[in-house]
Amino acid sequence: MTTSVESLPRTATVPSPPSRPRRPWLTVLRRLPVYLAVTLLLAVVVLPLVWLLLGSFKTQAEFQLNPTWALPGSFTNIDNYLAAWAAMSVYLRNSVVAVFPSLILTVLLGTAAGFALEVLVWKGRRTTLLLFLAGIMIPGQMILLPLFSMYFKASLTQTLWPLVITYTATGLPLTVFMMATYFRSVPREVFEAATIDGATVLRQFLSVGLPMVRNSVFTIALVQFFFMWNDLLIALTFTTDEKLWTVQVGLLNFTGRFGVVDYGPTFAGICINMGLVLGLYVFLNQQVMKGMTAGAVKG
Amino acid sequence: MNQVLGDKKAIVTLLAPAMIVYSLVMLVPMVWSLGYTFFDGSVISGFTFSGVDNFVRLFQDARALDALLFTLKYAVVVTVGQVLVGYGISLLYVFFLKHSSALVRTLVFFPVLMPTVAVSLMFGKLFEFTPQNGPVNALLVVVGIAPVDWLGSGDTAFLVIAMMDIWRAMGFYAVLLYAGLVDIPEELLESARLDGAGGWRLVRTMVLPLSLPVLLSAVIFSINGTLKVFDSIYALTSGGPGSSTSPLTLLMYRTSFAYGEYGYGATIALLLTVLSLLVTVAIFRSNRRDITES
Repeated sequence: MTTSVESLPRTATVPSPPSRPRRPWLTVLRRLPVYLAVTLLLAVVVLPLVWLLLGSFKTQAEFQLNPTWALPGSFTNIDNYLAAWAAMSVYLRNSVVAVFPSLILTVLLGTAAGFALEVLVWKGRRTTLLLFLAGIMIPGQMILLPLFSMYFKASLTQTLWPLVITYTATGLPLTVFMMATYFRSVPREVFEAATIDGATVLRQFLSVGLPMVRNSVFTIALVQFFFMWNDLLIALTFTTDEKLWTVQVGLLNFTGRFGVVDYGPTFAGICINMGLVLGLYVFLNQQVMKGMTAGAVKG
Repeated sequence: MNQVLGDKKAIVTLLAPAMIVYSLVMLVPMVWSLGYTFFDGSVISGFTFSGVDNFVRLFQDARALDALLFTLKYAVVVTVGQVLVGYGISLLYVFFLKHSSALVRTLVFFPVLMPTVAVSLMFGKLFEFTPQNGPVNALLVVVGIAPVDWLGSGDTAFLVIAMMDIWRAMGFYAVLLYAGLVDIPEELLESARLDGAGGWRLVRTMVLPLSLPVLLSAVIFSINGTLKVFDSIYALTSGGPGSSTSPLTLLMYRTSFAYGEYGYGATIALLLTVLSLLVTVAIFRSNRRDITES
């Protein structure tokens, strides 16, 4: 499951079907349904996004008077973005404050635990790994109510702590599971050699294990970033105050549940929200795809 | 050797922080939530013991039954949709686009990462009916069909939800299944080609049977996610109109936080958990392949 995307260039050996140089139009005709399918696929994925982007530059009058697929009058009209930004900057700050500490914590704790569960030898480690795995299968709804009670009793509901704590904990099962899988692929001889050289366990973790799975640590951090940043359920439950809303909760309430009249800023808000994720994806798409498919167990 | 790698103090140092956080924030609340099923009330109003009342209520509650049926309908339709569409796209990648599929794969994968809320809002606008038609209805008008109030009735709203969640995840399942397809030994396919199997027949007789294991994992991942669907439906329809698109997760959320009935909410959460476990176990049993170990 973790290997997948790297083993791709295998198809390079496929010999192309016998070509018929005399009648190239026939080949084109035969492949026409496939070209159509690819075009349709790309259209279905890309067109809604293009339409969204165009909409983010339109004025309210353009929305009401022009057909919905009309181009905006001006691509330099950033009023919508200014309006969206004014409302969203607080939500963005909250998201950053909640997500990044959780991300660092969950990756740090999860990697250490993955090492202890996979490389170290002790009784009960399989059971412990299964215990962590159970956390992936259990729906979030199962822990929301007791957590809410806990945070309420501890008077944390007016802070972002509930988000940091919950994200850190809910990120652990997948991190531990994936890190254990990555450590499994490191040859045991490496650790045995280090032991002979006199390295203590902590030293082995920091100077041998960690550098060898460096890329995987980065991959799992990326995957967790997307899960945490895009989360709605946890943020919705624990941010009772508008001042604490994350980007997702804020965007959801952008125009009020029923007031759908003010189009422009909403479109711009969605674009800002997607743009951040897109920015990361443009640079790291291979790693993201690899990580997300490896983390598929999360569902 | 094992004395060093079995150093108790080191094990505790590395494992304890994760174990403590995980236990306190996930394991303890799971058990605690089980306890709630025997109580009535909320953290604000206080709790009173109510015995098995919540379970009796669950079995008689028509809304809970509706939510359960909706969850199952959604899970089946969307799982089949995600895996089938993903499989179709992955076949396209492997057999037609071949090495030039990287760009298409990257593009089609992008919706997977988009914030669910953003996708839901976008689909809401795409299928808009009032105050003015969105692109889908505008297109219907062009071809001479009356515009549809997509989110105005349960059936059409379900259709939009299903389309949205298939759209969002198809790139993911395409890449997942693609990785399985390229693992099929080329010699096998080549010998089948020499025997005269081509196109559809090659897919049906060779590719499909060989990719069954990876298809099964895709189904498990998908059903595990679809049974727990919350974000996308909450953001698109809030479970409406009425409660016609409310899965168990949404009913649980409403019951607990809008009506302050923690006990009954915990009971619904338990039903959802049992359902997820049953489905996962059933699928594992039917195939006896532990895909998480590979």
